[in-house]
Amino acid sequence: MPKYEHDGRIYEVDEDGFLQEPDLWNETVARDFAASEDVPEMTDAHWVVVNYLRNYYLQFGIAPMVRKVVKETGFKLTQIYELFPSGPAKGACKVAGLPKPTGCV
Amino acid sequence: MAEPKPDELVQIDYAPPHAPWPGPGAQFRKGTYSHAGAAKNLKYLGLPNPRDWQPPDADWKLPENWREIVIQGMRERLEKYRSFRLFMDICVRCGACADKCHFYLGTGDPRNMPVLRAELLRSVYRRYFTPAGRALGRLAGARDLTVDVLKEWFYYFYQCTECRRCSVYCPFGIDTAEVTMVARELLNLVGCNINWIVEPVANCQRTGNHLGIQPHGFKDTLDFAVDEIAELTGIRVEASVNRKGAEILFVAPSADFYGTPHYYTLLGYLMVLHEARVDYTFSAYASEGGNFGMFVSHELMQRLNAKIYAEARRLGVKWVLGGECGHMWRVLHQYMNTLNGPPDFLEPPVSPVTGTVFSNARSACAVHICEFTADLVAHGKLRLEPARNDRFAVTFHDSCNTARGMGLLEEPRLLLRAACNRFFEMPENTIRERTLCCGSGAGLGGDENFETRMRGGLPRAAAVRQVKEAHGVNLLACICAIDKASLPKLLDYWVGGVEVAGVHELVGNALVIEGEKPRATDLRGEAYV
Repeated sequence: MPKYEHDGRIYEVDEDGFLQEPDLWNETVARDFAASEDVPEMTDAHWVVVNYLRNYYLQFGIAPMVRKVVKETGFKLTQIYELFPSGPAKGACKVAGLPKPTGCV
Repeated sequence: MAEPKPDELVQIDYAPPHAPWPGPGAQFRKGTYSHAGAAKNLKYLGLPNPRDWQPPDADWKLPENWREIVIQGMRERLEKYRSFRLFMDICVRCGACADKCHFYLGTGDPRNMPVLRAELLRSVYRRYFTPAGRALGRLAGARDLTVDVLKEWFYYFYQCTECRRCSVYCPFGIDTAEVTMVARELLNLVGCNINWIVEPVANCQRTGNHLGIQPHGFKDTLDFAVDEIAELTGIRVEASVNRKGAEILFVAPSADFYGTPHYYTLLGYLMVLHEARVDYTFSAYASEGGNFGMFVSHELMQRLNAKIYAEARRLGVKWVLGGECGHMWRVLHQYMNTLNGPPDFLEPPVSPVTGTVFSNARSACAVHICEFTADLVAHGKLRLEPARNDRFAVTFHDSCNTARGMGLLEEPRLLLRAACNRFFEMPENTIRERTLCCGSGAGLGGDENFETRMRGGLPRAAAVRQVKEAHGVNLLACICAIDKASLPKLLDYWVGGVEVAGVHELVGNALVIEGEKPRATDLRGEAYV
């Protein structure tokens, strides 16, 4: 199983670098994974997206659809890409400790 | 990992290698293969040999008797599927298929010629199942099954999208996708599969769809879509879930409830079905039109397909309406009846609006939404204002499975001509039954497989570029969820400036709903022109 290490903390991740155990997530974990996603600093705007994803995941067991993220956070899709360069479903979900979506997406 | 640039990737060498067949085995270079199936997913599905491994590993941790398992598996399938034996025997290596494969065109690797890809399997078939191959070995084109051969199978049979373009050109009608399907079944017998396939299958088994959307999440998504339509049009449509006694069960690919641009297609379905006053229901149990089981084995294809029909029976519907999905239609049109049929508890589909009998859909009692909506339009049942799509110059990408797997060629075009003023066809050898694959089908859509996907999609992208340059095309319409996931990236990579949309998104834009308020924007929230 691959590992991801940041500031001496070691996480078990999948082949794409997503946290294996979403239950282990906390704000430190988010900051650590942000470093792997070209997010130099977690600003308030980053936290709005990440907290929304996280809460949705706790309620529904999956990431919310992209359109919903855009509407509920108030950020345009282009803004989310500015915050998380690999996008809402990949970069933002990785920082929020969600599993990577698979299938026809 | 840095992604290769288009001008690097387009340097394709078509000169055949000097090494004689079979040459060196597969080279697992990053970007050209998919991650191995995760053990947790194999365990969940009860598939053999769950373990931690990756394709570049020297040791694939195969079972000790892996060779016997694979050869016995081949024997069983030769007995069970007459088509498979036929396809092993009748190829005369004429080469008509050789340059028809998008992966060959995009890589120049001769083992991506369909004839040679199948030869990877045929050579082993000859060695163990034909007298000439047993006696003469390489002289008769036979070879032993070794670990290197197995690895080569893995690399090249997960570098085939089962699109069947080559089959259109085969004078013997060999269905090369079925060769790939059997090869993947054999690989699965010893636990060699990819995660982009087995995770969706495990999700679908558990929750009813590839993405793993649970019932309350499914309901939440539909409610959100209903709210958005109400904001846009002032009309509140109904989207019932698991409603017994509905006339029709509607099953769409689950990406329509999740992805972008798929979601806008969902809005289009909801608007059309509302306006036509169709008595239908969604199901949270059968919430997936696609069937990634098809990319593993006939057995898993059967398991996932059974859910749609079990739910149709439970809800007491008359027939099934299906969404803009690709391989869903290959399964329903060509396998469903022998997998789980006949569905004699359903009725031959009849449009409740026009009375049209969909006699073509009698065997699986499943109608494609494009057939259904095209019939409404042809009967003048929908009012469309194509000017609302005037910001788009549109072309249509035939999805492989709807075009070649069910012959759905005219209906989407009828819809696009009715819903858009500017519609332009790509060159004729790249559309309809000769359509070129997106390069990411049959489970190959993972990010890690980026280079292969971009290479495989190059021929399609080149055709899009032609209509962009000739007619200013800026939107590609399609009717497959994998297309909607993969083509935006592909077209950004090779062409630029061309968006991707479902046909029902454009229909939804153009549709005038009775009593609606003037719309401020299109379904994407953009100004009309």
